[in-house]
Amino acid sequence: MKPAPFDYVRPDTLAEACALLAGDEDARVIAGGQTLVPMLAMRLARPAKLIDILRLPELAGIREAAGAVIVGATTRQAQAERDPVIRASVPMLARVLPWVGHPPTRNRGTIGGSIANADPSAEIPLAAVTLGADIMLATPDGPTSMPADDFFIGPMLTSIGQGECVSAIRFPVWAHRRIGVGFFEISARRSDFAFVAAAAQVALDEEGSCIEVALGVGGVGDRPLRLDVSSLVGTGLDVSSVSDAVNAASVDMDAMSDLHASAAYRRRVARVLCIRALEQARDNAAAKSVKGAR
Amino acid sequence: MKVDLRVNGINRSTDTEPRTTLLDTLREKFLLNGTHAGCEHGVCGACTVLLDGEPVRSCLMFAVQADGYEITTIEGLAPAPGELSVIQDAFCETHGLQCGYCTPGMILAAHALLQHTITPTRDDIVEAISGNICRCTGYGQIIEAVQFAADRLRKANAPRPQAGADQPAEQAK
Repeated sequence: MKPAPFDYVRPDTLAEACALLAGDEDARVIAGGQTLVPMLAMRLARPAKLIDILRLPELAGIREAAGAVIVGATTRQAQAERDPVIRASVPMLARVLPWVGHPPTRNRGTIGGSIANADPSAEIPLAAVTLGADIMLATPDGPTSMPADDFFIGPMLTSIGQGECVSAIRFPVWAHRRIGVGFFEISARRSDFAFVAAAAQVALDEEGSCIEVALGVGGVGDRPLRLDVSSLVGTGLDVSSVSDAVNAASVDMDAMSDLHASAAYRRRVARVLCIRALEQARDNAAAKSVKGAR
Repeated sequence: MKVDLRVNGINRSTDTEPRTTLLDTLREKFLLNGTHAGCEHGVCGACTVLLDGEPVRSCLMFAVQADGYEITTIEGLAPAPGELSVIQDAFCETHGLQCGYCTPGMILAAHALLQHTITPTRDDIVEAISGNICRCTGYGQIIEAVQFAADRLRKANAPRPQAGADQPAEQAK
């Protein structure tokens, strides 16, 4: 369990990091290393060079922008979990973070690292796709961004190109007052990879009727999937509307079979968890006062 | 590559390959063998150390990444040679260990938890040690040990820097 030899470089600027990545196809980015280092130890990955971006100032920090919260790629998962801005404005991210790994891995693991790793069952990519976040990239030609839904293309596969590096994730912030989130996942043990995970966020008006809804599932297909349940807008998210909408949205859902769970099992559990997540989100939103702050 | 580390309050330098983990550096270069090598790929928690007071896996970072942090190993917890910290003593009292392989990691994870709160719930303790695997005890006595240590810390007279930072010890006199 010892990695093969590699060179280690710690550039001082993001531009320098991109130039290094662009100039060497055997170079890889390392930040928290909580997935990459096991891959190196098992020699599933053998990069010639590791470019350490963890201390680049351009990639750090959590900031509020117009209608969004921008989470720097090297933000530690543990730091995001405790952050008051994320708790208030991106409650789904705060809700899923305790399910990411264990406390010691969250102390080193980064938000951007989980996005770039693109594990189909990972919670942070699920939150990004469900909320319609944008993945912000640093490239040798300057900054760019793309919707999370276009960024993830398969298991551990993203549309990131050579010389590019995830710089931040832009999570949209809903303007409504009464927002609730729900999240459930099934795994063999706590913090293991989820066979199925479902995340929901809803906004209710003063009468308790749904004005905005987002729903996503992870671990089912080869990447996180956002489900269209917009038919729920205007309903009170009662049991029958929720289950009808989920059934309609999940009819053609892609599902994988593996050692742990069949595609049929994943589809069936996904439907149940989606319904539970929406109901939990509804109850969570309903518990918030009509006039009070979020 | 030359790397400067700060381990248990002492500045140390070493020359290391980039691929050498912090774990191997602590054990082989500094002879701090209390940090145990278990799975070496981030699953078991035996190699847990504290980085600026927070538990991390020393097998999942390279020594060349570890400069600038305050690194604490199990050897850095006891107040003096031959003595035990409150948490270490609690593990002995409650039989919170058998073979002892996971124990340094468990104690460091518990130490970090009790630095944040001396009134943890059982769930807090379970979460704090959730990344540390023990094959002997079944965890029951480990949880008891952490509860016992928390109880002792609550009853202790000595001021603790983290828990009572805003109340200087001098005031009581």
